[in-house]
Amino acid sequence: MSTPETKEAHTEGHGDISVGVSGAGASGDGSASATRITPGNALRPEDIALQVSRGTAKPSEDAAEFALRLGDDALVLAQRLGHWISRAPELEEDVALGNIALDQLGHARSFLSYAGGLNGKSEDDLAYFRGEEEFRSLELFEQPNGDFAVTIARQFVVSYYQFELYRRLTESTDSTLAGIAAKAVKEVDYHRDHSAQWVLRLALGTDESRQRIIHGFKVIWPYVDELFRDDELTGRLAESGAGVEPSSLRADFDRLTGEVLAEAELEVPQVPAAGGGGRQGKHSEHLGYLLAEMQVLARQFPGASW
Amino acid sequence: MASQTLQSVPAEPVPERDAGSAEEAARLEAEGQAYFDRVMAQDSRIEPRDWMPAAYRKTLIRQISQHAHSEIIGMQPEANWISRAPSLKRKAILMAKVQDEAGHGLYLYSAAETLGQTRDRMMQDLMDGKAKYSSIFNYPARTWADMGAIGWMVDGAAIANQVPLCRASYGPYGRAMVRVCKEESFHQRQGFEILLELSHGTPEQKQMAQEAVNRWYAPALMMFGPPDDDSPNSKQSMAWNIKRFSNDELRSRFVGMMMEQVKVLELTLPDKDIRFNEGTKKWEYGPLDWDEFHEVLKGRGPCNAQRLERRRQAHDDGAWVREAAAAYADKQIRKQAEKEYAA
Repeated sequence: MSTPETKEAHTEGHGDISVGVSGAGASGDGSASATRITPGNALRPEDIALQVSRGTAKPSEDAAEFALRLGDDALVLAQRLGHWISRAPELEEDVALGNIALDQLGHARSFLSYAGGLNGKSEDDLAYFRGEEEFRSLELFEQPNGDFAVTIARQFVVSYYQFELYRRLTESTDSTLAGIAAKAVKEVDYHRDHSAQWVLRLALGTDESRQRIIHGFKVIWPYVDELFRDDELTGRLAESGAGVEPSSLRADFDRLTGEVLAEAELEVPQVPAAGGGGRQGKHSEHLGYLLAEMQVLARQFPGASW
Repeated sequence: MASQTLQSVPAEPVPERDAGSAEEAARLEAEGQAYFDRVMAQDSRIEPRDWMPAAYRKTLIRQISQHAHSEIIGMQPEANWISRAPSLKRKAILMAKVQDEAGHGLYLYSAAETLGQTRDRMMQDLMDGKAKYSSIFNYPARTWADMGAIGWMVDGAAIANQVPLCRASYGPYGRAMVRVCKEESFHQRQGFEILLELSHGTPEQKQMAQEAVNRWYAPALMMFGPPDDDSPNSKQSMAWNIKRFSNDELRSRFVGMMMEQVKVLELTLPDKDIRFNEGTKKWEYGPLDWDEFHEVLKGRGPCNAQRLERRRQAHDDGAWVREAAAAYADKQIRKQAEKEYAA
């Protein structure tokens, strides 16, 4: 599939603490509340579920598997980030990390609703009633929160990766995938800004924060290579124009993250890559605990409605 | 707006007039008091730069910061269920709700800051156990149904308390409450919806809902504060147009509201003494255990220690992050100044 024009590098203007998104945050208008339904015609998970149940949208087998992968990535990350709410270093970060978690959860719900359309499963069937080996998320997403620096390092890598991925998917020949990506890319752009600002603050703040962010990147970097690994599925999807080869995102990812790291006076950590088999259901040891906690109540009442 | 017709008197004495005598200071004080009294009489608003009695300022700082602390500590019982929410939709709503509470804390701390108290100081008082917050958050959220009961009853009581505060005489507080109340009414609806879904679900789900309502009923009623004859500060707060209705009046209204809604839920309230008194036109309810209320208030509730420890831990764990952000901001300012100097 074709690649949209690369936007200007998003690494300038991190000197202040504004979020860099007009209308976000302290704008004082009612629409800033995350509990209000997004105005306008943004694609909601419920809309996708409805389209799927009416048969107006049905994924191909390949598109469903691809949506499952991206949905699992976002869901696992949302579960991790949600833990910070009420535990963040500042109230503003409770709000910011909560917002990012909510965005990721929204993307997960959309992708999973679509993936489930292949054989009549709901987002909740997929989230709550699959075992560890049936999850298709990459290992990076399930890595523990660690301290704030590890969380920021993980978020920095994720948001630059997701931005490049979703930006290309907006042109997918699969209109549902394109629609989900069009909404997600705008939100992930803000996640990039948030994490890049924190990388700079931590790297150039105090000696302690610098040591911690260097450590954070060291912990996270072994899981970076897996993000960009192609396989048969991505090959077929790229061929048909519905998806994208992950390896094609790498150059932009390296360039844009490299600009922020250079400004932060940080080096890309020289650490060996972890094996990584998330797309085949081979996960690190962390995912099982995460799922056990997430699924416990739903599994206690199978078939119940909430 | 009525305040436009009033001559505002600055809180800070004007420098050239300040040089004067004690006599001059007394004259300014009297002028300020007269202005303040006119604002109260006209039921208008006091703004941050206006003169206000020291006791009014102190009362507001106490009330607004307690309110902010309640929002922040109140995040914990609900955050406890984010990771285990039984559907993705419920998880999203709960996350958004707890996030809203952080936002409410932020507006309220900001409103209190306009009275001259810093957020750091207020936070420190909370962590040192010097400041109070709503006792209700010292009860544990044991089951998922507690998310419903907290939303319906605890947020419901909060709304009954807070809607009149939108007209509080202190401008920044009243305005903060307008937005808080809008979001709270959403929170209450989502709590009601959780209970409705459970009460129409499996027998186990319905039982879970009923038990949660039973657990939260009395603590929710006690959120309105002690009975009127045992509430020493109420009278002054009403004279200052901060408080509009008495504790018992609001409590009675709240019981009436719940009695209507509990029918739709097909659940019951655990109080056989609830009745509408045709004579007084007020809802009456059974005795509440005020000894328990005072015990929890004094720190001897089921979760007091846990809640404060969690807040302290988050604060301590985040210290190095806040220091880094401050150091980075300083460096940026210096860099900018050097650039300007060179130019």
